[in-house]
Amino acid sequence: MSVRTRWAIAAATGLIVALLLPRLGVPTFYISLLTQTWIFAIVAMSLDLLVGFTGLVNFSQAALFGVGAYTVAIGATRFHITGFAEVIVLGIVAAVLTAALFGLVALRSEGVGFIIMTIALNEIVWGLAYQWVSVSGGDNGITGIVRPHVGPFDVSANTGYYYVCLAFFVLALALLLIVVRSPFGLVLKGVRETPRRMLALGYNVWLYRYLALMLSAGFAGMAGVLFAWYNQFVGPVTLSLDQTTQILIMVILGGIGTLYGQLFGAFVVVFLSNELSAVTQRWEMILGLVYFAVVMYAPGGLVALVPRLWARLRGRRAALATEEP
Amino acid sequence: MILPVSPSNGQDDMAAPAGVCLALDGVSKRFGNVRVLEDVSLSIRTGERCGIIGPNGAGKSTLFNIIAGELPPTRGSVQFLGRDVTRLSTYARARRGMARTFQTTTLFPRLTVVENLVLALQAHSAERFQLLAPRSRFRARDAEACALLERVGLVGRANAVVDTLGYGEKRQIEILLALAQRPKLLLLDEPTAGLAPGDATLVTEMLKTEREGVTMVLIEHDMGVVFDVVERLTVLHNGRVVADGPLDTIRGDANVQEIYLGGKL
Repeated sequence: MSVRTRWAIAAATGLIVALLLPRLGVPTFYISLLTQTWIFAIVAMSLDLLVGFTGLVNFSQAALFGVGAYTVAIGATRFHITGFAEVIVLGIVAAVLTAALFGLVALRSEGVGFIIMTIALNEIVWGLAYQWVSVSGGDNGITGIVRPHVGPFDVSANTGYYYVCLAFFVLALALLLIVVRSPFGLVLKGVRETPRRMLALGYNVWLYRYLALMLSAGFAGMAGVLFAWYNQFVGPVTLSLDQTTQILIMVILGGIGTLYGQLFGAFVVVFLSNELSAVTQRWEMILGLVYFAVVMYAPGGLVALVPRLWARLRGRRAALATEEP
Repeated sequence: MILPVSPSNGQDDMAAPAGVCLALDGVSKRFGNVRVLEDVSLSIRTGERCGIIGPNGAGKSTLFNIIAGELPPTRGSVQFLGRDVTRLSTYARARRGMARTFQTTTLFPRLTVVENLVLALQAHSAERFQLLAPRSRFRARDAEACALLERVGLVGRANAVVDTLGYGEKRQIEILLALAQRPKLLLLDEPTAGLAPGDATLVTEMLKTEREGVTMVLIEHDMGVVFDVVERLTVLHNGRVVADGPLDTIRGDANVQEIYLGGKL
């Protein structure tokens, strides 16, 4: 069985399980957490496009995500824009435009300079959300966001909305996988590896970073829109630096530069934070330890563990087979 | 095309007539108070193979970085194919036909050999912006890359990750990447640096068999390689051109022998 078919089977099985879960009597609480997982997986993948494929550690991903979320809230409460498709498009456009602006500032530097610039940009957007009360509602945020109908379907219930977010996750994963396998994706990898050589080959490195940033923002904004509908509330926490850090932890936990790994990263962070916070106030410490363990013992992320365990298992089985007479 | 007027130091022949590939006019470079290059003027004809030699610290690499656009000169101008490129970025110069190799291997270590070459091959093609079609749709590029590898006998390593290659192989890919750009001007910064004599021969062969008409500028410490590849030699010393002319003339120049070659050859 080729690696490709094995992947196809794993992906198909995963999708079928994901589709059946709400029908299998899984409690609503967990369906809700899984919905959150799909949403955060999208934004984590969008960040992986930058961190894992372009070599840009963007600390303003939460701002881009939050701009998508606030677009829903402000659009609904002030302009009565509530249609499903138009809000999605609006959220994506708002995030892309924000990234276009961010890029002009942050991409003047690279490496650590870029990180610091994006931290500052994220803080600026957070400051706007926190202090521009007349628009953003300040610390109180904006409530009263209603999930729209998708065509004729009412997805306001948890199960319906679960499927909406699952669909968007699959779409985002498919699109991003196509992008990183395209000639453009190869250019991004080149920029990640050795910008100096890319310049010598005739590539405008700045432009590709800029394009990647905007592309990533599109997906982050989309996730933000889905999150606003999911949460039915948007506040400054949505686009805080803590949020960025959490997204980055999902990226690293799952496996940098894998895309599908971010699903597992998002899953672990969402479930740990919700389950543990019910048990102890020190759940962030435990999350920290998990993060530490993964970075130390599985630097390729959680998904890198699978082939390793698989190989060990097969090795043992092969050893058993040779022992038999 | 109107040639830009440069702050000339009176050498009118520097104003890039037809047939001149690269012209430096009064190029100086200072880092703070350190004068690395002092009024360097050079004119290299199309198709010429020129070597730049000089002791360590003579300013060879700085000169290269100014030609390639990685550093701006403090004074003077760089003309490429009759056009002032002094203010053009590295990638813009590359798109006009300039290619360079690096003294320390500068490849894409986590990509395969073919992917490395494809990056060079597709650099000027619109397909580099194609983001919704998989690379498998562009098999012609991979074939092109393999044809290049065939030339140096590395086709068996096509799908190896560059990081796993031996040093000699990496040096060959380093040059192959620049050749894949099909440059008009090829800048080679110590192509055989750190190579065993046998591997150095491989590199020399690659350069000697490259098509006619490619202008080459070569920085090299290995005199065997220099004498084998170039027909003209420029000697830099303390940031100044101290000798420039046909290979044999320079070889016989007593002054040069004293500065650099350390005796008679």
